[in-house]
Amino acid sequence: MNRLVPYIVVVLLVAVSACRQDMHDQDKYEALEKNEFFDDQRASRPRLPGTVARGHLQADDALYRGEVDGALVAQVPLAIDRALLARGRERFDIYCSPCHDRVGTGNGMIVQRGYKQPASLHDPRLRALPDGYFFQAITNGFGVMPSYAGQVPARDRWAIVAYIRALQLSQSAALAELDAADVDRLQRAGETQ
Amino acid sequence: MAQIFHPSTNTFSKVSIFGAVFLVGGLLWGLAVVNRSGYATQAGVAREQPVPFSHRHHSGELGLDCRYCHTSVEDSSSANIPPTQTCINCHAQIWADSPTLEPVRASYRSGESIQWVKVHDLPDFVYFDHSIHINKGIGCASCHGRVDEMNLVRQVSTLQMEWCVDCHRNPAAHVRPKEEVFNMSWFTQDQEALGARLVDEYHIESRDDCSVCHR
Repeated sequence: MNRLVPYIVVVLLVAVSACRQDMHDQDKYEALEKNEFFDDQRASRPRLPGTVARGHLQADDALYRGEVDGALVAQVPLAIDRALLARGRERFDIYCSPCHDRVGTGNGMIVQRGYKQPASLHDPRLRALPDGYFFQAITNGFGVMPSYAGQVPARDRWAIVAYIRALQLSQSAALAELDAADVDRLQRAGETQ
Repeated sequence: MAQIFHPSTNTFSKVSIFGAVFLVGGLLWGLAVVNRSGYATQAGVAREQPVPFSHRHHSGELGLDCRYCHTSVEDSSSANIPPTQTCINCHAQIWADSPTLEPVRASYRSGESIQWVKVHDLPDFVYFDHSIHINKGIGCASCHGRVDEMNLVRQVSTLQMEWCVDCHRNPAAHVRPKEEVFNMSWFTQDQEALGARLVDEYHIESRDDCSVCHR
């Protein structure tokens, strides 16, 4: 029997060591993990008020606030090209379309579920407003619409503004303004519906 | 002296020597099966959460894009859990008096975090990065399954190294067009041809050296 003891010890050691998860769960914090050290238990620390992360200074009033010396920026302060509009469309569909719907008339799914209906983006009053107005609405919220500054970075907000302008144009363009190829595409799209 | 064992026990001993191979093999096989099972990997276990948030409702039925809440998934290693503010974006008006959502409102009032239960927890020695997978055409559903059909989220993959390495050695079997990454129901009949073309187009290197994930 005594001869068996070392074997039993080895087997037990292997069994016990296999249960340790030190390497799986190391003394470091993953994103958003709990940390008892801080009162709010957040390992990912919120930014201290009055501090700026390196490389994140937002000094450009036009780009980050949509107004210069109290006057709303008239036009998107970025180069407007196809890539920006495509980005704007993608971001609009993710963050705006739940309420504003994909063409901006304000009948999105969340509105259908009971949220207050926003004004149509094709309202003549909204069409006449400068680009900076839309940027500020996204940044600061407007009425019951919350701020989207936390979900959409500034450049993407401008891309969305550029796309809103494209939507406004698209929904009120006269047939005579289109070239033959676009008219043809519209007609074919109409036939397939 | 009389024989202790009857001659027929010879057969027993032969069979047991032969059978030991199968016995050991069977045990190893059993170990491998248990090791890959949901019991060991926690795959298939739906997690209770402090608020019974349904991905099926929000993503599947309402059609919210994954990125509406998981805003950092394209740019960061971590697909963030949204702040309570994101819930309140809609729930300031919708189900605003629901007792089920009281923990959300309490968190919003007090500023304290809702302590969501992590479902996909990789070992700390794995440095996984969501953004590179998203930006190279690996769909959410490829790893997370049809989250848009889950009420409570469960892990569908083993998250074991062999599972990672399977794809790293043959990404063509899983890569999809970048514009379909967030489409939960995307499917192609011809993954082989499409995958081969996209691996080329997106410059995807089949990398399985240790330091890709471990450092």
